[in-house]
Amino acid sequence: MLTLTSPTRTFAHGLPAGAKLAVLALFTVALFAITAPLAMALCAALVACLALSCGRSFALTLVRSLRALVPFVVVLALWHLWLADPLGGLTIGLRLVTAVSAATLVTMTTPLSDMLTLFQSLLAPLARLGLQPKPLALALALMIRFIPVMLDRFGQLSQGWRARSARRIGWQVVMPATLAALDDAAHVAEALRARGGVA
Amino acid sequence: MEKNLTQIALFAALIAILGLVPKVDLMSGVPITAQSLGIMLCGTVLGARNGALAVLLFLFVTIAGLPLLSGGRGGFGVLAGPSVGYIIGFPIAAFVTGSIVEFWRVNVGVSAFVGAFIGGFVVLNILGIIGMSVMLDKTLPEAALLALPFAVGDTIKAAIAGMVTQAIARARPEALLSRA
Repeated sequence: MLTLTSPTRTFAHGLPAGAKLAVLALFTVALFAITAPLAMALCAALVACLALSCGRSFALTLVRSLRALVPFVVVLALWHLWLADPLGGLTIGLRLVTAVSAATLVTMTTPLSDMLTLFQSLLAPLARLGLQPKPLALALALMIRFIPVMLDRFGQLSQGWRARSARRIGWQVVMPATLAALDDAAHVAEALRARGGVA
Repeated sequence: MEKNLTQIALFAALIAILGLVPKVDLMSGVPITAQSLGIMLCGTVLGARNGALAVLLFLFVTIAGLPLLSGGRGGFGVLAGPSVGYIIGFPIAAFVTGSIVEFWRVNVGVSAFVGAFIGGFVVLNILGIIGMSVMLDKTLPEAALLALPFAVGDTIKAAIAGMVTQAIARARPEALLSRA
């Protein structure tokens, strides 16, 4: 499966994931503290420069990933035009797009495995509260492994539906899909126990 | 132990595929994703604790960078966007849904519908609306207006969650952890 990490290596791929995450957190907090339109525009320009420094196709991919924000930006624009406060709307919209872009920048330049390792080390102190790192790693691997398996199963169920019915595939297909997940879980649990179980 | 773990992992995968499958026509004319149906099912089938853990595992992988949220979203961007309240609300919604199914011992279909509605609609939307009002700098009623178009779809999904849970109670009574 494709991750969100950019396949073209940039200088930012080499930076440690923890450092990027820390900078991102500080930057996002700063964005929400800023109210001046000019300062907000400067922050947006900074993120845009960073994205462009990673190459043209990289920046285009990032812009495409922002399309989920379009409805919100449209609503904001209409709302603030109606309030006759275009500058205020522009500041809020710019903050939204800048915050999401900065976060996406970090995601695009960090391999999934690095990020998962970082998350697991961040969660390590929780071991005292009963969250053991080993079962977590196993659950993680199982989940990622079973996504293509269950997508296949869903495809088969859909084909079966189409073979038997002229109607479009409806919600009823969720029921056998859920049942299959439960049965798979039971089988995998048995297989794990047969191999010594999860300590 | 093994069964809890595999159920958590596989239901996390189920949430993911319900978000990836685009063509499920939940009810003609209402464009809704099945992903929040997955959140509700985690609560109604696995119960409060395991359901919430399955959702947390799903979010863990999504925020780390797999584009598994409906619409192919993922990464840290989802925490900086206007839907952050819904993201934070997902595990809480599953927990509330599961608690209601566990403690309200009427017909499992009924309590699953009510649980999914209170957890997956009421609680989730309260948190989602607070999130939107913060991220978009709007008052709470203004943000609530943005969430309104999805109310019909969410009610339908709660009803589907109830029916699917009832069917599972009939087919695999021993697997229904929320009533174990």
